[in-house]
Amino acid sequence: MTGTYLGMPAFPDFPAFPAAAREAVRDEVLRANLRHATHTIRDKRAGAVAELADWDRLRAAGKAVKDHTLRHLDRYLLQLEEAVTAAGGTVHWAADADEANRIVTELVRATGEREVVKVKSMATQEIGLNEALEAAGIAAYETDLAELIVQLGHDRPSHILVPAIHRNRAEIRDVFRTEMAHWGRPAPEPLGDDPRELAEAARLHLREKFLRAKVAVSGANFMVAETGTMVVLESEGNGRMCLTLPETLISVVGIEKVVPTFRDLEIFLQTLPRSSTAERMNPYTTMWTGLGPSRGAEGDGPTAFHLVLLDNGRTDTLADEIGRQALRCIRCSACLNVCPVYERAGGHAYGSVYPGPIGAILSPQLRGTGSTIDASLPYASTLCGACYEVCPVAIDIPEVLLHLRERVAQGGPATRSGVRVTLRPADGHTAERAAMRAARLLLDRPGALRAGERLLARARRLAPRRLPGAGRAWTDSRELPTVAAQSFRDWWDRERSDPR
Amino acid sequence: MRAALFVTCVNDALYPRTGIAVVRLLERLGVGVDFPAAQSCCGQPQYNTGYRYETEPLVRRTARAFAGHEYVVTPSGSCAAMIRQHYPRIGRKAAAEGRGSELAEAAAALAPRVYELTEFLVDVLGVTDVGAHFPHTVTYHPSCHGLRGLGLGDRPRRLLAAVKGLDLVELPGAEECCGFGGTFAVKNPDVSTAMGTDKITAAAGTGAQVLCGADNSCLAHLGGLLRRADSPLRTLHLAEILASTEEEPLS
Ligand code: SF4
Repeated sequence: MTGTYLGMPAFPDFPAFPAAAREAVRDEVLRANLRHATHTIRDKRAGAVAELADWDRLRAAGKAVKDHTLRHLDRYLLQLEEAVTAAGGTVHWAADADEANRIVTELVRATGEREVVKVKSMATQEIGLNEALEAAGIAAYETDLAELIVQLGHDRPSHILVPAIHRNRAEIRDVFRTEMAHWGRPAPEPLGDDPRELAEAARLHLREKFLRAKVAVSGANFMVAETGTMVVLESEGNGRMCLTLPETLISVVGIEKVVPTFRDLEIFLQTLPRSSTAERMNPYTTMWTGLGPSRGAEGDGPTAFHLVLLDNGRTDTLADEIGRQALRCIRCSACLNVCPVYERAGGHAYGSVYPGPIGAILSPQLRGTGSTIDASLPYASTLCGACYEVCPVAIDIPEVLLHLRERVAQGGPATRSGVRVTLRPADGHTAERAAMRAARLLLDRPGALRAGERLLARARRLAPRRLPGAGRAWTDSRELPTVAAQSFRDWWDRERSDPR
Repeated sequence: MRAALFVTCVNDALYPRTGIAVVRLLERLGVGVDFPAAQSCCGQPQYNTGYRYETEPLVRRTARAFAGHEYVVTPSGSCAAMIRQHYPRIGRKAAAEGRGSELAEAAAALAPRVYELTEFLVDVLGVTDVGAHFPHTVTYHPSCHGLRGLGLGDRPRRLLAAVKGLDLVELPGAEECCGFGGTFAVKNPDVSTAMGTDKITAAAGTGAQVLCGADNSCLAHLGGLLRRADSPLRTLHLAEILASTEEEPLS
């Protein structure tokens, strides 16, 4: 699958989730890849979590810290700005994707460089930074292995943690063989599909980029308000190379990533790795505060540090009492790995860098429910609750889905760009609304309901195997339940009621 | 003891046998059964699709129909979860929108009196062996609303395990959703079918003759897939198995 990745703000032409998922469901290879990967990691996660006797308390603590921070977000962000500035960094505020891209582009231009290395980051994907830089004549190289595979393959990420989860080894080998040479050091010949061989090819390819790069762009998993410290958790160490080798470091981070104190990290450094990679501790935890240790003299670390604080719909989301809990998310991806819908539909069907259950509640909030894809995302779930059960910060995803369905189906209050608005129901729900209303009127009149049941019972022999219209969606793959000859109500009246 | 039966709209029209089974089972256990005729649908299809306002009259109707009944028993985990978890939320929202506290009060009064069938049997009546007889191999699919919404735990399995002659086999991946999800089955038919197909494949692989569940809506979806595939595996509601005895076997 090829295609240019579209930035977070606009998805006007993206099809609704069911249509996008249809293709994935029929792709046997994709489904096998996804099934294997998600089942392996979900089982491991369960084991890693079960090891901690105080998991429930850690989960509650993580939720509490995040909720507290979100409630006082303005205060903590100002504290963070002060601390970062005191440590020699510069803080920039970006209201939306365009502004953030403009700030980063200008910062890179000012260095005179034409290329940057990147640490895997959701925020920069959200704003489509790579594409914006490319348009400005700046090449951005992804250094995370999975992200590299996606970039080289002109693909889109399909998972938060493992963006190339939909690819198998043979497919990766083919991408390396045909694409690496266009970006830098070509893949070694011959190249097999053994994971170690593939990793080595990537290592050689990337090493060249690390040693040459003068500018790095990153996100952060956490920002500590009291110290101005940025924290990145990763598995491969490529991030650490980007964070320590280049002279200029630009970090683009969503405003919800701040935590008040250094001590708060204790919770998340336990819950995040166990939830995401099922590791007790992630292999690399890199923290940096402002400039490198030598503050611009000889030594490791950047001599210039810029922090771009990204809003892009977050303040609006914060204004929503029920929906705001989505901002607690620490992007561990546990909810994706247990989601039966994600497992079948794949990440691309969600039309966003945030797929799976969290994507289904985050995208329609950050972007609004105006587009076809965003109006369909709240329905991309059976409300089975598996996501809520595993979420390390206890986001009640089904509750938010229901809340957003309401917004789509019947409209209601929302905040857009800081302004309180009343949304109208999304387009295309007229027939459904009429059906729901008709059903309700019938169900609210037991007499009419009974008459309807009797009519149905009498006509039951006429019931076709395949229905037209909306019913087709059921009968295409399933038989209809047979209508009973006599409803329970009628049985009860005949058998149990006092004789009339 | 007396209990009111909330049969649910799906069972009323499509699966009356389940309701009849609950009546027979409860009466056999010495519980008198009432069936308030004013009951209707719990409103779950409307609410889960985003039509909260359309749900409100049904919340009101259900609360009224069961006012005065100490125990309300329903053979559906998802309808029980709807009343217990969502009715109070719907009531609170109506109050917050300035439409009075009447709905919230009605919901709060009803919610704690509603029991899913297995909860009622195990927690209220304190029985796991209900004296049933069902000489078949059975596998059990725990529906999500019962499993995670109500936290039914192993109650259904304990009830099944105590049935004489019944051979209970574990369903691999039992806790995974079957893909029904109310209007999800129609709004996302491809994903729904893929999930259901995986579920029936796992169920058929157990060698069981019967796929048992405690929610007929999930079973309608799975049964529909099984029949389209001409599978000999049949679906049955848990209540029908528990109602079956040596003297009066399930027909
Ligand atoms: S919603 Fe919860 S489970 Fe999903 S990615 Fe975020 S923190 Fe992890």
